[in-house]
Amino acid sequence: MSTAIADRIEKKILLRAPRARVWRALANAGEFGRWFGVKFDGPFTPGALQRGVIVPTTVDADVAKAQQPYAGMPFEITIDRMEPERLFAFRWHPFAVERDVDYSSEPTTLVVFSLEEVADGTLLTVTESGFDRIPLARRAQAFPANEQGWTMMVALIEKHLAHAA
Amino acid sequence: MPRSARANAAFTGAVAVFAALGDETRLRLVSRLCDGGPMSITRLAVGFPITRQAITKHLRVMERAGLVRSAPHGRESVWHVERKRLADARRHLQMISAQWDETLGRLKRFVER
Repeated sequence: MSTAIADRIEKKILLRAPRARVWRALANAGEFGRWFGVKFDGPFTPGALQRGVIVPTTVDADVAKAQQPYAGMPFEITIDRMEPERLFAFRWHPFAVERDVDYSSEPTTLVVFSLEEVADGTLLTVTESGFDRIPLARRAQAFPANEQGWTMMVALIEKHLAHAA
Repeated sequence: MPRSARANAAFTGAVAVFAALGDETRLRLVSRLCDGGPMSITRLAVGFPITRQAITKHLRVMERAGLVRSAPHGRESVWHVERKRLADARRHLQMISAQWDETLGRLKRFVER
């Protein structure tokens, strides 16, 4: 489902680097922090809440500049799963960047990095899901027929937006 | 990848929209309002196997999310879909999507250098 109000985002990117290298960039808290722009208090552990602070990335000067106003702000993720060289998943509060706001009771989204070895390197798939907060099982129950439910909604909204445009 | 404070406010709104739409009855109500234009609860309720009270409850949920609005019309209220809100929710996902592109670009540079 790629149009209108889907509840998840999926990205694929080919990284010209060995899978072990990509895994290290994800699973090693220090390495993750360098490209992402955050400094974590300790190593990633499945099930653990990982606290850190925003530290501008060293990979891109422009992005680092954009991150500068947020430097030092708390940043948290909860590690969901780590399967070496295959899968790295965490939950976070998307957009939790306001100072003095407690996000702990708000819904989280799940971010999953999947690694696949290909001829040229590593194919990385990233999904972020949970924008609607509705568990998949419940949604499947609510929408038994393929042609209904979300598909219908997407079609409707597309149509509606076309009208509005 | 800190996202901007403004984006944060947008997200709060979008979550409400996604949640409000995550119910079959509400989807159908929105669908009917999209197709038929503004209408009263009496008209909206035709063919729904639930009471008008229950429909009103669903409409209130969507109203709180900013998805629908009502305006008095004679003795009844007429409900309509807030188009901007739907468009905002879609734009919001597109924005997150673009941010992932940017973030993954950094990862790419990081592991390929």
